[in-house]
Order: sequence, then C-alpha cells, then structure tokens
Amino acid sequence: MSDAKQILYRVRRYDPARDGAPRWQDFTIPRTPGMTVLDGLWTIKQTLDATLAWRASCRMGVCGSCGMLVNGRPRLACNTQVSELGADVVALAPLPNFDIIRDLVPDLAPAFDAHQALMPFIVREDVQERENPTGEFGQSAEELEHYLQFSYCIKCGCCMAACPTYATDPSYSGPMPLAQAHRYNADTRDEGFRNRKETLAGERGPWRCHFAGECSRVCPKGVDPAKAIQLMKRELVLDYLRLRRAHASAPVAPKPKDGKRRPDVPDAPARTV
Amino acid sequence: MLKVQGHPNRLGVRGWAVGGRWGLERYLYTLHRLTGVGLILYLLLHILVTSSRAFGQAAWEAAMGRVSGPVFHAGEYLVFAAFAFHAMNGIRLVLVELGFGVGKPIEPVYPYKTSVDFQRSLAVGSLVLAGVLLVLGTLDFFVLD
Ligand code: SF4
Ligand code: SF4
Ligand code: FES
Repeated sequence: MSDAKQILYRVRRYDPARDGAPRWQDFTIPRTPGMTVLDGLWTIKQTLDATLAWRASCRMGVCGSCGMLVNGRPRLACNTQVSELGADVVALAPLPNFDIIRDLVPDLAPAFDAHQALMPFIVREDVQERENPTGEFGQSAEELEHYLQFSYCIKCGCCMAACPTYATDPSYSGPMPLAQAHRYNADTRDEGFRNRKETLAGERGPWRCHFAGECSRVCPKGVDPAKAIQLMKRELVLDYLRLRRAHASAPVAPKPKDGKRRPDVPDAPARTV
Repeated sequence: MLKVQGHPNRLGVRGWAVGGRWGLERYLYTLHRLTGVGLILYLLLHILVTSSRAFGQAAWEAAMGRVSGPVFHAGEYLVFAAFAFHAMNGIRLVLVELGFGVGKPIEPVYPYKTSVDFQRSLAVGSLVLAGVLLVLGTLDFFVLD
C-alpha cells in the first residue's frame, strides 16, 4: 500500500436524464488516515461534484444502505477502510444484478419483494393471540441459537450482487430472502413453515442454489446465507419424506408472579393499531 | 410501491466468473454447470448413435464408423474427465445441500468463519477423488489400450 497523500476514486456514473449508459469518472482527493470508502464519497460531494449520488445513513454497518461494488467486490462503503484495500485506486460501481437508478444507487426493490413474499415475520395459527397478545412467546437460549446468526442480516444486498445464480436467474429469490425465510422457519415461535413452503418448493426457492458460497464470503455481517439455505434444504427434503419433526410452537410464557412495577416507570402508551 | 425505470445491470453468465471474491467453490459451481451441459450433450449424441441400431446392422456400423476417429476418442476422454469431476463434486453437493458439513448456526465473530470454510475439506476431498478417477481413466484410455 502506498502512503501517498492523494487517492484516485474511479466512480461509475449514470444519470438517467443525461446518460445513455453508465460511464466512469475519476476524482482525485486527499487521503487521510482511517478514511473509509464512504468518507471519500462525502469529500467528492463536498468539494468536487455535488451531483454524485449514493445511499448511506448510519455510517456504521447497521442500516445496510451503502452496499456497493468496491474494487470488484460487494462491500459496505462505510465499513471498508481505503487502507485495507491495499490499492491506489478505489473503483466504485453500483451493486450488480440490480437496475441502476442513478450513479451508485441500485434498485433493490426486487430483493425486498422476494423477501416480503417469504413472510419474514412470526406466523401463528392462533390469530387471536397474535393480534391481541396476552404475553411473550417463551424461548430458550438454545432455541435462540438456531436462528440468531441469520437475524443479523441488514438487507444490504451484497450477497445478491455476488450470487452467480441470481446473476443469470431473476426468478430466483436469492440469498438474502432465502436466508430470512430460514431465519423464521427455525424460530420456535413461528408456525409459518407450511405457508413459506409454497414459494420455497418452486423455482424461486433454494433449489437453484448450488453452493457457490459467494454470498457467505461477501456478507459484511457474518450472516452466512449459504449455511441457512443448505440447512433449509435439509428441512424441506425431510418434510418431503415426511421425516421432518416440526418444532413445538413456543407457548405464551407465564407472567412473573411476584414482580412489581417500579413507581417511576410509567405505563405503556395505549395501542394505536 | 414506487416503481422506477433503472438501467439494467444484471451480470448474466459473466456473474459465474466475476462479482464476488473468486472463491474455490465458485469455480467448482461454474465447472459443475459446464460439465453438466457437456454430459447432457454427450448423452444426446450417445442416444442418437445407438438408436441407429434400430435401422439394421449396416446403419449401426456406419454410425459407429463416423464416431471412431481420434477426435472422438479425445472427445470421449473429455467426457470421462467431465464425468469424474461432475460425479465427485456432485456427491459433495448432495451432502452439503442436505446440510452436512456446513456447520451449525454460530455467533458471527470477526473474522467470520462461514459454511464455505466448514465444508472446504469436503471440496478438496472431492477434487482429490476426481483426480484419482481421472488418472485411472487416463491409464485406461491411453496406456492400457
Ligand atoms: S445476508 Fe449479509 S450480505 Fe446478504 S443482505 Fe444480509 S447482511 Fe447483506
Ligand atoms: S451459495 Fe447459493 S445463494 Fe449463495 S451465492 Fe451461491 S448459489 Fe447464490
Ligand atoms: S451507511 Fe449504514 S451500513 Fe453503511
């Protein structure tokens, strides 16, 4: 890595009003210690070109907005230091496999649609308890381990950009939605396996995945979607063979008997929905 | 939902080679697909040639004559190589896709150890087995003939 005072940002630009196709544009900016890829983008916007567009919010690897192709790999701009790239050029492009809205902004809507179609929430047959809960569903620490890793997903889309199957097959749900389907299937509070199976058994489901493993390699949160997908396939095969032992649904945990509310803690506000 | 008309940016078949971190398993994925297509094409050719038997001995011998040159012999060797890889890697995929060797869900602590790392020994093992098959096949094709 050089200790030069400047760094070259090569950025993929696309303005739907002006450009017929994306193009590259170079910016040279000061290189500062500890600078992240996202810091550099702000510098460009503040000092060189105010029209440059990208998405970011939390700037700490939590919101999942700033996924982009950094020197050929899908990464979070805020979570990547320029120094760790070990290069004199930072090449930035929007995440592939999604349409480009503008510059570094991909249209992630297809991923969210696929995510939504797989019911990423706790499904309960007991509608009464679900809509008017009388308490929490109990769950042991061990049961939590079955899905906790997959629940760290921030929906950044990096895995979708790296997946070779998603690159050729838009009907495939992709690693992010599928990992989330397993996250809920594996949750003992959930009873939605049968509902999700409708989609999972079809061509949008996990059977298009052949463990290229790139999703897990690029995931900035260690979610390991490839693992979730393979574990889900096992459940689906066992279910098909009628050998799957569905987890018992977590019951409503009994209320603590002799707990007392502290006088300085106000009541919860009334329900609005 | 807000609909926008963006510029298409899907990688297509290029995505089999680029877009990620160039891991071993991605190459195996790509090779598995290519060898799979090759084996299917061979199967079609095989059915075509052997079906000539239905049209009598002369047709069969003519068909066999057409596929007996050195080019087809080399082609057959490639088919065998494709088979050796596809079969051994396929066994790994069946195991992995049934959730064996990928590890249990864990607490992700940096640097992340993923399912890809967990099953790496399976991947290497399947390559070694494919290599052994290929060596045996090579002996059979070119030395023992
Ligand atoms: S699984 Fe990882 S890479 Fe994929 S969307 Fe979630 S956090 Fe991003
Ligand atoms: S493991 Fe499956 S979902 Fe993940 S990148 Fe590979 S093919 Fe795509
Ligand atoms: S800005 Fe939120 S994840 Fe990068």
